[in-house]
Amino acid sequence: MSILGFLDKYGDKLIKAIGVHLQYVFISVTIGLVIALILGILLSRVPKISKIVIPIIGVFQTIPGLVFIGVLFIYLGMKPITVIIALSIYAIFPILKNTYTGIVNVDESLKEAARGCGMSNVQILFKIELPLAMGAIFSGVRMSTIYTVSWAVLAAMIGLGGLGEFVYRGIDTNNKVLIIGGALPAAILAIILGLFIDFIQNRITPRGLKGGK
Amino acid sequence: MVSVFLENENDAIDREELYMIVYENVSKKYNDVTVVDNLSLTINDGEFVVLIGPSGCGKTTTLKLINKLIKMDEGTISIDDKNIMNIDAVELRRKIGYVIQQIGLFPNMTIEENISVVPKLLKWSKEKCHQRVCELLELVNMPYEENAKKYPNELSGGQQQRIGVLRALAGEPPIILMDEPFGALDPITRENLQDELKVLQKKLHKTIIFVTHDMDEAVNMADKIVFMSKGKVLQVASPEEMLNKPADPIISNFLGKLSFSPNGNDLTCADVMKKKVLIVPETKKTLECVALMKKRELNSAVVVDVNDKFKGAVTIENIREHGKPGEMISKILDTQIETVMITTNAKEAFDKLIETKADYLVVLDRDKTVAGIITGSSMTKALASVVWGEEN
Ligand SMILES: Nc1ncnc2c1ncn2[C@@H]1O[C@H](COP(=O)(O)OP(=O)(O)OP(=O)(O)O)[C@@H](O)[C@H]1O
Ligand SMILES: [Mg+2]
Repeated sequence: MSILGFLDKYGDKLIKAIGVHLQYVFISVTIGLVIALILGILLSRVPKISKIVIPIIGVFQTIPGLVFIGVLFIYLGMKPITVIIALSIYAIFPILKNTYTGIVNVDESLKEAARGCGMSNVQILFKIELPLAMGAIFSGVRMSTIYTVSWAVLAAMIGLGGLGEFVYRGIDTNNKVLIIGGALPAAILAIILGLFIDFIQNRITPRGLKGGK
Repeated sequence: MVSVFLENENDAIDREELYMIVYENVSKKYNDVTVVDNLSLTINDGEFVVLIGPSGCGKTTTLKLINKLIKMDEGTISIDDKNIMNIDAVELRRKIGYVIQQIGLFPNMTIEENISVVPKLLKWSKEKCHQRVCELLELVNMPYEENAKKYPNELSGGQQQRIGVLRALAGEPPIILMDEPFGALDPITRENLQDELKVLQKKLHKTIIFVTHDMDEAVNMADKIVFMSKGKVLQVASPEEMLNKPADPIISNFLGKLSFSPNGNDLTCADVMKKKVLIVPETKKTLECVALMKKRELNSAVVVDVNDKFKGAVTIENIREHGKPGEMISKILDTQIETVMITTNAKEAFDKLIETKADYLVVLDRDKTVAGIITGSSMTKALASVVWGEEN
C-alpha cells in the first residue's frame, strides 16, 4: 500500500489518534512536571534524605509500563484517567531527578554570594537555584516527553485510543502497514516534541547561561 | 571620576551611627580542628583593616563570622555594641557588603542585575537602582552602555572582579568585607583599584575588612594589619610597625622578602619613585585640571611654574571645595607638600613619608623640576626589588 493510499484510507483516524496521543502526553507531562518540581525542590532542601529516597523512587521507574497500567486498570477501570495517572507517574521521575541534581549542583560559592547579599532561602531558590537548574530541568522534561510518547502507545492496550491503536490492530491482524502507520508517527512525534522543547529552552535561557556548558 | 559616587553617597550615610566591630574570645571548630582560636579583635569605625596570613590560617572564616555565614562555637561578635546573635541574619547581610573569594557573580543575571541585587532587596526604586549602577560602573571605568547588559561570562576576569566589588558597594553598606577581591587582577589594574578603594574609604568613612595573601597590598591599603596564623592573631599593628617590628618569627618569615634589608641602603629615590605623574602648569584653569585628572584616573596633580619648577600640588577634593570655575589653580595650590631630592637615600625618604604621614612625597631634580613621586607602594616595590632584583 502506498503512503497516499494509507493516508486515504486511515487519514482521519490517524489525525484523531495523533490528537488523542498528544493529549495524553501533554496532560501527563504537565502533571508530572508540577509534581516533580515540587518534590525536586523539597528534596533539594534535604540532600541527606534524598540520597536514599531518590534511588528508591528510581526503582518504580523500572516496573514495566505494561504491568503498571494493567494493575491500575484493575483498580480504576477502563477510563482515560487510568492512562493519565500511569503516564504522569512515569513522567515524574526524569524531571524530579534532574530538578534535584540541577539545584544541588549549583555552585556553593554562588549560593554563598547570594546569602551574603542578604537573600532569604526562598529568594535564593527562585533567583539563583532554579534559574541555574533550568537547563537540567529542561532535559528532564524532554526525556519525560519522549518516553511518554512511547508509553502512551500502551494506552491502546486497554482500548483507549492513541497511535497505539494502529500498532495493536496491526499486530492482531498481522498487518505490517498498520504497525508502521502507528509506530512511525509516534517516532516522528517524539522527535518534533523534543525539538519544540529545545526551541523553548533556547528562547528563555539567558545569554549568560548559554555556550561553554 | 570618583566624584559622582562620593557626593551621592555622603548624603546616604548616617554619620550618627558607629560601626565598631568587636570580636571577643571567638572560636570556631570544624570537627575537632580549631580554625579560629579564641580570637579577640577590635575594628574601629571607619578603619581599613587587612587580615593577612598564610593560606588556611582562618582569614575567610574570621570574615564570614561577621555576616553570620559561619556560626561561631564560642565567644561573641558585636557590631555597634549589638551582639550579632540578636540581629536577623538576612537584615544584617544587607547592611554588610561582601565580596567573596571566588567572585561569585550570578551567571543568569546581567551586569546591571548583578550590581543591583542588594538595592533591589532593599526595595530601592527602579530609577535609584539604575542610577546607582551607572555611577558604580563609571567608577571603575566600565561605561554603562558597553557593559550593563552583558553577562558575567562575557567579561574578562579582571572586569568580573570589579563587578564583584561594585555589587558589594551597591547597597551603600557601612561595613564591607572583602575576601581577596583583587586576586585575579593584573598588577596595574590591581594598583588602580587599590588606590580607588583607599580614596573611597577615607572619604566615606566605611569600615572595610580586607583579606589578602599579599603583603604589598596590605601595606598599601591598611590602617591596621592583623596577622593571623593557625587561627590565632599574632600581631595587630600599623603597616610601618609590622614591617619594622614583626612580633613573631612567623611574621618575619612571611615578610622576609619585604622587610627592610641592609642591602636596600644604597637605593635612592630615583630607583623607587613613580615616574608617571600628572604635572600641570599653575596657570591651568580648575575645570581643565579636573578633566585631566579624571582622564588619567588620578586624584591629585603636581603643579609647576612656567619654568617647570615645582610649586605645589592640588587634589580633586581641594578644587571641588575651594576652586571656582575659570580660576587658575595657582590660587588654591597646596604649597606645603613634602619634597625630597632625587639623590636622597630611599630609606630616608620612606622614613620621611612615614613620619609626616603624607600620602606622597614629590621627588625633585637638582634644578627643582619634578622627577616623580614616592608613595606607600613605591616603598613595597623598593623592598621587593631588594630581594628579587629589579622588578620585571
Ligand atoms: N566547611 C569546612 N569544613 C572543614 N574544614 C574547613 C571548612 N572550611 C574551612 N575549613 C578549614 O579551616 C581552615 C581555615 O580556612 P579558611 O578558609 O578560613 O582559610 P583562609 O585563611 O581563608 O585560607 P586561604 O588564604 O587559602 O583562602 C582551613 O584549614 C580549612 O581547611
Ligand atoms: Mg580564604
